[in-house]
Amino acid sequence: MEQELIPHLFRTEYAKIVSVLARHFGFEQIEMAEDIAGETFLTAMQSWPMNGTPPNPVAWLYSVAKNKAKNQIKRQMLYREKVEPGLVNITGSTFEHEIDLTAQNITDSLLQMMFAVCNPVIAPEGQIGLALRILCGFGIAEIADAFLTNKETINKRLFRAKEKLRQEKIKIEFPAVATIEQRLDNVLTTIYLLFNEGYYSVNNDQTIRTELCFEAIRLCTMLAENPNTDQPRVSALLSLMYFQASRLNARLDKNGGLVLYDEQDTALWDTDMIGKGGYFLNRASTGDQLSKYHLEAAIAYWGTQKTDSREKWETILQLYNRLLQIEYSPIAALNRTYALSKANGKTEAIIEAEKLKLTNNHFYYVLLGDLYSGIDNLRARSNLKIALSLAKTPTDRQIILKKLSG
Amino acid sequence: MDEYALIMRHEDGSKIASPEQMQAWMKQTMDWIGGIAAQNKFVSGTGLLFADAKVVHHNKVVTDGPFGEIKETIGGFIVVRAESAEEAAGFAKGCPVLGGEGNTMEVRRIAKNDGTH
Repeated sequence: MEQELIPHLFRTEYAKIVSVLARHFGFEQIEMAEDIAGETFLTAMQSWPMNGTPPNPVAWLYSVAKNKAKNQIKRQMLYREKVEPGLVNITGSTFEHEIDLTAQNITDSLLQMMFAVCNPVIAPEGQIGLALRILCGFGIAEIADAFLTNKETINKRLFRAKEKLRQEKIKIEFPAVATIEQRLDNVLTTIYLLFNEGYYSVNNDQTIRTELCFEAIRLCTMLAENPNTDQPRVSALLSLMYFQASRLNARLDKNGGLVLYDEQDTALWDTDMIGKGGYFLNRASTGDQLSKYHLEAAIAYWGTQKTDSREKWETILQLYNRLLQIEYSPIAALNRTYALSKANGKTEAIIEAEKLKLTNNHFYYVLLGDLYSGIDNLRARSNLKIALSLAKTPTDRQIILKKLSG
Repeated sequence: MDEYALIMRHEDGSKIASPEQMQAWMKQTMDWIGGIAAQNKFVSGTGLLFADAKVVHHNKVVTDGPFGEIKETIGGFIVVRAESAEEAAGFAKGCPVLGGEGNTMEVRRIAKNDGTH
């Protein structure tokens, strides 16, 4: 039983212990917090098989973590008394406090840790790596697997990210009211990147992909549950992720190959998640701020409706028109042009597509291939061939080859 | 890359068109703007309402308007990024207000706020 229980508890409790300890000791002591949390689980792995699983495993973990932290404090106090006597009075006060592992402090610490980690002073992949390690309790090997790289690279990446946060004297605290909007946007960006890392991952392992998506949803749920961060756009992002995640099982075939939207078995779409997406989209529809997440969630909602009416595509087109005004991205430009072809016809869409000039993007040539097919099949083929030469992954090449042979 | 204002000059559409026609123009305008935004050339857009419009004259007399006396009132403007005035004019050519006879688009480079021109 312990063999399954401990990894499960690690996922849920590691982040809490690290966040509470790091908040107590300060971010500069983050490694110590991680060590104490890690040792706590090591102790559990040694003790539980011999002495039996404690009646309340979580409480046991907290109390062991507390004791380890207390010992650490004692050692540091001793060090300071002997080596730095002048400093005892300054630091003594913070070190005397009891480690607070109450539910409220855990929630606050996790949220504050989220703000500390999702900070644009570090590169996006560093933010995602730290989020997975500290907030989601992923092991180094798991993160390396998710990014299809090795442990050494991830270790270096995390080390650099932590160094940077220390240099910038990042504190584990709630952002000031004046800056919370901006800081919350940063957090949402990282959560969305984490989700996309799972959803569009180069990794074919469905388990890893699904886990990344659900971790992103879990982190965003924490923001929605806290009154300080429960903004309409938080609900909008949650809605977007639920709508997208509802197709996770339908998107990949047994061999890990990508199944295109039109060919997906709708029976595999998760109706429970579609329902949650709808719930959070409603919840997002307050206030006067229309974020890109609102627009993307509305587009994703239409993605869960398999009808092919002109009205549907007209609505999607207008959503993309607005989304692109808020934030340009090549993928939104391509999707907008596809919606344009469905709403206004291929002729107009071809003219608009030729203006996009996304000439290093293989999806651009896939789109051109689709638009020209049935109108100018030679042109359609030549565009698909360019797409094939630019495609980077075997999955993408497979899809293009299928179109070429079709 | 400079920024250009594309200024729409046309009559108050609600005076001459049905709500359905207005809605069709609105869609065409949104598609036009969306097309520019899809090229990453859109900066901002400002619609100007005819309702409650006022003209303040040199003797500080305030009148309602500008209606009637001017056919080419400013209906709004969008700001785009363009390599040249010609490229900006190319964007303006797609604006649906040009479907109405007598309507025009004015293309003006926006002065940089750094003392250069």
